[in-house]
Amino acid sequence: MESNEEARQAVGEYKAGWHDSENSTIRFDFGLSEEVVREISKLKDEPEWMTNLRVKAYHHFVDRPMPTWGNTPMLDSIDFDRICYYLRSSKATEKDWEDVPDEIRNTFDRLGIPEAEQKWLSGVTAQYESEAVYHSIREDLQEQGVIFLDMDSGLREYPEIVKKWFCSVVPLTDNKFSALNTAVWSGGSFIYVPKGVHVEMPVQAYFRINAKNMGQFERTLIIADEGSSIHYVEGCTAPTYSTDSLHSAVVELVALPGSHIRYSTIQNWSANVYNLVTKRGIAHKNSKIEWVDGNIGSKLTMKYPAVILKGEGAHAEVISVAYSGEGQHQDAGAKIHHLASNTTSKILSKSISKNGGRGSYRGIVNVSPKAENCKLNVVCDALILDGESRSDTYPTMEVSNPTAHCEHEASVSKVSDEQIFYLMSRGHSEEEALAMVVNGFFEPFTRELPMEYAVELNQLMALEMEGSIG
Amino acid sequence: MSGVDDSRTPLLKVSNLHAETGGVQILKGVDISINQGEIHAIMGRNGSGKTTTANVIMGHPDFEVSQGKVELEGENLLALEPWERAREGVFLSFQYPQSIPGLQVGNFLRKSVASVRGEEAAKGADFRKSLEEAMETISIPRSFLSRYVNDGFSGGEKKRFEILQLLLLKPKLAILDETDSGLDIDGIKTVATGVNEAVRGTGSGALIITHYSRILEHVKPDKVHVLINGKIVKSGGPGLANELEDHGYEGLE
Repeated sequence: MESNEEARQAVGEYKAGWHDSENSTIRFDFGLSEEVVREISKLKDEPEWMTNLRVKAYHHFVDRPMPTWGNTPMLDSIDFDRICYYLRSSKATEKDWEDVPDEIRNTFDRLGIPEAEQKWLSGVTAQYESEAVYHSIREDLQEQGVIFLDMDSGLREYPEIVKKWFCSVVPLTDNKFSALNTAVWSGGSFIYVPKGVHVEMPVQAYFRINAKNMGQFERTLIIADEGSSIHYVEGCTAPTYSTDSLHSAVVELVALPGSHIRYSTIQNWSANVYNLVTKRGIAHKNSKIEWVDGNIGSKLTMKYPAVILKGEGAHAEVISVAYSGEGQHQDAGAKIHHLASNTTSKILSKSISKNGGRGSYRGIVNVSPKAENCKLNVVCDALILDGESRSDTYPTMEVSNPTAHCEHEASVSKVSDEQIFYLMSRGHSEEEALAMVVNGFFEPFTRELPMEYAVELNQLMALEMEGSIG
Repeated sequence: MSGVDDSRTPLLKVSNLHAETGGVQILKGVDISINQGEIHAIMGRNGSGKTTTANVIMGHPDFEVSQGKVELEGENLLALEPWERAREGVFLSFQYPQSIPGLQVGNFLRKSVASVRGEEAAKGADFRKSLEEAMETISIPRSFLSRYVNDGFSGGEKKRFEILQLLLLKPKLAILDETDSGLDIDGIKTVATGVNEAVRGTGSGALIITHYSRILEHVKPDKVHVLINGKIVKSGGPGLANELEDHGYEGLE
């Protein structure tokens, strides 16, 4: 309680009164129209430029055909008229868990978010349906000028910064789903790290979809000013329903000279969620952007974290794992564009498919003619656990400068009976043995995660392996 | 200590063991009885069924037992899953240990000790101490612990790692499937040191499967069995190993 009081005083903005019942809910009818888009913007009391941007994006979304690559049958089965595009369950974004409505707070308690926050995070934002319901940042970071807000508050409080960078990395016309996000975005994180500030402990965002047929469209913008660093971690879950939900986020990262952004994701949506996300960063001179991307859940994921290496000496890394079980397709990968000299990149993609699941690696790395002495390294490994599952690799390398140094390795393997027998002879049950092989396969990824997440991921995978022995 | 008391239940009793894989009969009646504290050796040519004997005792799912018994201290091992056999005290040092990329040796050893000997044995300072001692016994450097299980190990490293596991898991019965093959004389001595430490004076037993008598100079067997075409054709004292070395298997076929 004391620490809550301290926190309230620290932020100086404690809004009393939310303990009272006023849990007003706003729920839009299914379906999307220009009117819905304008309504969302009006509800948020946004500046006109944002309303106009949304409307423009909406029309682009409508005009833009569905992608003709990837899992087109699954994409074509999305019913955009059976999705709720905006749902607010809590009246405000709270700074104290005590003020978050009980039901919602219980959900996040069960997900262990408040506990993790106390132990090892610099800040937390928790989004429930369309809006952030909880938000806080450590006092010392705030004093150093670090801005960590939900995106709506970011737009309200720092409209100039948002206007400058919003859609600067992922333009409005980028793709159908980023256009949809731009039209109906709500929530997400807005982060600005001032020059030279190092945020030592990670900040975390947690996204929860709770309603049926929900569309969640968070929008995240992270700007790391010169010589600064930040590690952003996001997690997400949803209940399992027989009808589908849609999660379509856009994340834009701006790494100014000499800065370092690491963005880690553990995506664990339920198997009725379409996860169609656009993530991209621009890396300026001598900066570094890393995407650490774990895809465990969802029905269909299409996600290719991208880095534009714009400044000389910039470095990009995309380390990803994908697990595809029954009825799931993880179509994931990476895109890296070497636009400047002496830029380096590394892609490590690991996928596991099981019980008829399908994993695809889809990646593009290109080097522009002017970019001298670039180094790129791509490694894709797939592990297939049974005969009914599938793994595909679609790698593309376009190197237009002869000084580039490129390495590419790909492997597809199976878990052998001899490996399992070896582990069983050391006292491990068949399921434990399989989990050990699978976790070992993922190890190059998990070692990049904060320890707490690595443990969580290993447990998650052990759960997925349960009952998988025929 | 020397296990001459025949009234006791043997540590391992294999009787009339028949086993097949893919419709091919490989073991055609194997009989071996090992008492506590004894070391036995099985010798034989390639394809005689030596590795199959080891695999069947450990419970490899590829083999089907069509007849016979395998008992550990009177308990029917054939009814148990491989991991249950391990927990009952059976250990197999593999001829070809499998690599598990990404699984760190230190982590694997701790988990295996916990599974086989219980959580307590895998905890704290005691575990670390026994690990350090075992590593010293068979000359394994500390850096080994952060490598991945058998991944990129040389032949000799793989064999030493099997013996390290033997020392830590402290089984009642250790089966060594050609652990000496491909090792130079120093390697064989190291392995022998490990086996002697694990078995001698502990009441455990061992079954050493080998082509060569060389390792048996360092790990003195109480009995030697000759396996030909899926059957034990001759059993005898340690001298039998030298006879085989000198005269080969011809006379026994």
